[in-house]
Amino acid sequence: MSLFYFVAFLSILFSLLVIFTKNPVYSVLYLIATFFTFTIQYILLNAQFLAVVNFIVYMGAIMVLFLFVLMLMNLNKETEPVKSNLVKIIGVIAGGTLLVTLVGSIKALQTSAVSQLPNSNIGLVANLGRVLFSEFLLPFELSSLLLLSAMVGAVLLAKKDKRTQNG
Amino acid sequence: MELAFIIEKLILVTILFVLTLSIAAYSTWAERKVAAWLQDRVGPNRAGIFGLLQPLADGGKMFFKEEIIPSGSNKWLFIAGPSLALLVSFLGTAVIPFGQNIELFGRVVPLQVTDINVGILYIFGVVSLGVYGIMIGGWASNNKYSLMGAIRGASQNISYEIAMGLSIIALLLVTNTLSFKEIAEQQHGWHWNIIYQPLGFIIFLVCAFAETNRVPFDLPECETELIGGYNTEYSGFKMGAYMFAEYINMFVSSAVMATLYFGGYNYPGMDAVNSALGATWGPVIGIVVMFMKIIAFIFFFMWVRWTVPRFRYDQLMDLGWKVLIPLAIANIVITAIVITVVDKL
Repeated sequence: MSLFYFVAFLSILFSLLVIFTKNPVYSVLYLIATFFTFTIQYILLNAQFLAVVNFIVYMGAIMVLFLFVLMLMNLNKETEPVKSNLVKIIGVIAGGTLLVTLVGSIKALQTSAVSQLPNSNIGLVANLGRVLFSEFLLPFELSSLLLLSAMVGAVLLAKKDKRTQNG
Repeated sequence: MELAFIIEKLILVTILFVLTLSIAAYSTWAERKVAAWLQDRVGPNRAGIFGLLQPLADGGKMFFKEEIIPSGSNKWLFIAGPSLALLVSFLGTAVIPFGQNIELFGRVVPLQVTDINVGILYIFGVVSLGVYGIMIGGWASNNKYSLMGAIRGASQNISYEIAMGLSIIALLLVTNTLSFKEIAEQQHGWHWNIIYQPLGFIIFLVCAFAETNRVPFDLPECETELIGGYNTEYSGFKMGAYMFAEYINMFVSSAVMATLYFGGYNYPGMDAVNSALGATWGPVIGIVVMFMKIIAFIFFFMWVRWTVPRFRYDQLMDLGWKVLIPLAIANIVITAIVITVVDKL
């Protein structure tokens, strides 16, 4: 339990650093650290597959692309746009309202007893695969189609239009 | 989780760490010897017999060289880059079984640091992290050639990871497990996976060359175009860390290939040898066989380096996306069909 609190503290610390650092490349690096703490949480929950997928997909692929784009744009402290005072005031008011709403909803929340999973090995690869390909086969296949169509769409948007190029 | 278990793992990790470091150090020596042999030269022969002390001399040189941190660079990230590259390259050895369970002082010791049931995915995750060292170092140098090298490294790694993952999926259809230990055990007695997955192995091998940034895919550090690529601004030990990381990656990918496709520690006539030598000395032969396979793969890496010319960047991308990925997908489909038909018969 103390390990959980330590890792949770690190998650919050790193996510705060993502917001508060001025250099966007540092922000991405802190975000990677945040994702790493999530991976540790998944392992603590005995969800090994989710942990490793989080590791590969978020830390290994998506964040590399983030870093890639930021390095090419070469954003720095000097090039960061300075926002006007009006925008800052609006931001403070909106953020404050959100905070009040969150605190209110947490106060209203009933804390339930810790629930025990019927099968603590549910997060292992074999069990997860069996469930995905029997009980949740249709949603699983539908989401894969959705991802495929998103991919095709992205390629189509990025492709040069032959007609406008010639004409 | 008794004390003996922790001590056992600690000793295993220490041995593995020292072994990995010394293999990486002697890979630099072997690389020069192989290069010299292929080019009909003598190679390093001044430090010790056959130049065997050359890695020590090189290490000493790197420690005493001047460390230069360019004034326009980002100091912290400039140091973090090579450190991260070296750190990540070591992580992969944790899940590789280097031998059968061995009996030492009345205890049965598994020769694997940890047998997690997502071992292959773990290796895959470590490989995908490897690119950060190159990217961070290349960007922090504040040099356009370094940045170009870093960007090449990142896009190359991401592209070849896909083909690598797809080739592993076909292997998983055969093995039905993600644990390295079980995969090594399944290949006992000539059931090596290379027999069932020859195409998958070739795809994996090509991707391993690309992931370790070795010739013919060493475009991130292509001297003729980018001076030195991502490590242009590095000198002294930080440069050495990058070089070491490359050799350790080579060792880890050789070990992974030997375990996944070439039977790991299994060899013909293993049962007879094991029953003749007992539970302590039998597995030792297995360890020796495993390391012979790894060294053979490392030699293959070097052989290719000194015989095959470097690809052009667009050729590299074409090979990855238009050749390897379709081939890997075809391999999955064929494997799946064959397995289904064989099961039905």
